[in-house]
Amino acid sequence: MSADAAPAVAPPVPAAPPAPAVAGLRRRATRRRTVVRVVLLVLFGTFFAVPLLALVEFSTRGAGGIGGSRSLTGWAQIADYPDLVGAIVASLELAVLTSVVSLALLVPTMVWIRLRVPQLSRLVEFLCLLPLTIPAIVLVVGWAPIYLWINYLTPRAYQASPLALTFAYVVLVLPYSYRTIDAGLAAIDVRTLSEAARSLGASWATVLLRVIAPNIGPALLNAAVLSVALVLGEFTVASLLNYVNVQVAMNNLSQQNSNVAYAVATASLAAVFLLLFLLSLAGRRRRTRGSSA
Amino acid sequence: MTTTTTTTATATARAGVEVRLEQLRRTYGSVTALDGLDLVLRPGEMVALLGPSGCGKTTALRLLAGLEDADGGRVVVGGQDVTRLPTNKRGMGMVFQAYSLFPHMTALQNVAFGLRLRKVSDRERTRRAGEVLELVGLSAQADRYAHQMSGGQQQRVALARALAIQPTVLLLDEPLSALDAKVRAQLRDEIRRVQLEVGTTTLFVTHDQEEALAIADRVGVMNAGRLEQLAPPTDVYHRPSSSFVAEFVGLSTKLPATVAGGRADVLGVSLPLVDAAAPPGPARAVVRPEAVGLAAAGPGETGPLVGTVVATSFLGAVSRVTVDLGPAGQALAQLPTSDVGGFAVGSRALVTLRPDAVVVLPPA
Repeated sequence: MSADAAPAVAPPVPAAPPAPAVAGLRRRATRRRTVVRVVLLVLFGTFFAVPLLALVEFSTRGAGGIGGSRSLTGWAQIADYPDLVGAIVASLELAVLTSVVSLALLVPTMVWIRLRVPQLSRLVEFLCLLPLTIPAIVLVVGWAPIYLWINYLTPRAYQASPLALTFAYVVLVLPYSYRTIDAGLAAIDVRTLSEAARSLGASWATVLLRVIAPNIGPALLNAAVLSVALVLGEFTVASLLNYVNVQVAMNNLSQQNSNVAYAVATASLAAVFLLLFLLSLAGRRRRTRGSSA
Repeated sequence: MTTTTTTTATATARAGVEVRLEQLRRTYGSVTALDGLDLVLRPGEMVALLGPSGCGKTTALRLLAGLEDADGGRVVVGGQDVTRLPTNKRGMGMVFQAYSLFPHMTALQNVAFGLRLRKVSDRERTRRAGEVLELVGLSAQADRYAHQMSGGQQQRVALARALAIQPTVLLLDEPLSALDAKVRAQLRDEIRRVQLEVGTTTLFVTHDQEEALAIADRVGVMNAGRLEQLAPPTDVYHRPSSSFVAEFVGLSTKLPATVAGGRADVLGVSLPLVDAAAPPGPARAVVRPEAVGLAAAGPGETGPLVGTVVATSFLGAVSRVTVDLGPAGQALAQLPTSDVGGFAVGSRALVTLRPDAVVVLPPA
């Protein structure tokens, strides 16, 4: 720069607002955000709560209609319907079986694909997500002949057992379980961990049970939660394949005694909420323990 | 402390076994990773496999570990053919490049994992795992999880975990490459100390020449799936057996030379030959930077060894100076930093050659 060059002039900077004004702006923005949050919470809360409250109201409605007395007769009568109790038990068994079978099927398969045939991962992903795109009615049309064979080959005493639905439900939960487990496996270095365990003398079963599974625990839990939620709420497949699960039983019951049907619906919803809450609590405790240890 | 260390070493020590890789072949589609590799590790020695990316060094280690199957050849450990034996039956300890501690286990549980699989009793398992952790200096971190430890500590625990099972062979797959320079140097020395204490035959794969030369009893230089040279570090550095090894290992300057009468004439300086049987005629002499000196060139001084300084690199105690010698190419000199002051970029310098034996390569 030459000695006689004009000194550089800084561009004019707009005067900053005084500190109290900035604080006021921030307060207003915070208040606006809080209002938006509360409004959204109320809207969504209402959207979910109204049908649930209606269920409770319906299940406890006594003589005199809406404005009449309250009664727990519907709740008390649940035990009087052995078919209903049997259906509830069957649905719970189905939920457990579906979760276990889908995890036992998917976890080793997905680990194997990641380690040995990663080029097949796209194909397997496509196959696993396929049930999401096919309507339940179409799936049932395909499954019906298979279930005829299953019935034909099953001993007579077990022919009507809704547990046969496990096969169909495993297919139904595949997309959700696949996505969840895939995310879990992507978060760890499956190859290095399994090779480390193998070099230390672990069999493949040990690798899966003692090394991989504990490290994708939250993913397994989430997959199980989704499976349970889906199975406990499933109606179409069970109804069309002529099996009685809790949803089919409730539908049948609603034709005879709507109060009991609504009581069961309310109770099953509460039970599912409680189950999901407990599962997520267990997952959170596990994560907290892991990070604070 | 000394007593404890001796006890620990005795408890963990195991006589090393001989390892033979015979004509190992492995291809991935059209790519040949190993092309008939022959390698023998003597009992208790540490061999470092060195080579450029894709030369097959990691493949060789993985075949030895059983993590991959060979297309041909044999792996013999302690006289036993283990080529078809699965990984978990080979009894080898391995430390990986990536951090491989089981995240849901503490350091002690990680180290004890292999012992648990071998059905060692709880008490004995804890005792032995504690001993090996002490061997790598991490007793205080026994209850920590992987995410609570630094990278260097994690790799030390991984080393302890591999040693806890008293492996027949210790395999180290670039275990230091994810660490920063200072920790890498510390851990490198520690690995060597521990290996000497336990006496396990060890294969160390690395792409870092300094690491390989510093740590190993012998260094194997690999190229295109084959072993170019397997020799002690000083031999690999000073007596490379091929032009590839000469060019790959260490920094060097290739200067035009003429071989005659068992000596090389390098730009007018007569130097002895590493290989006296080198064919006479034109050649390229490989001159190491530490064998090149610099002197100030007088005004108007000319000659094949007078050139212009084109670059200087400060490396701490030493510096490197590149001198352009015109048609002869460039000479790289490594000097104490205190001697480099007079050789600024653009200044004239006279290159001097120390009368060390040189390797000659065929002319370019």
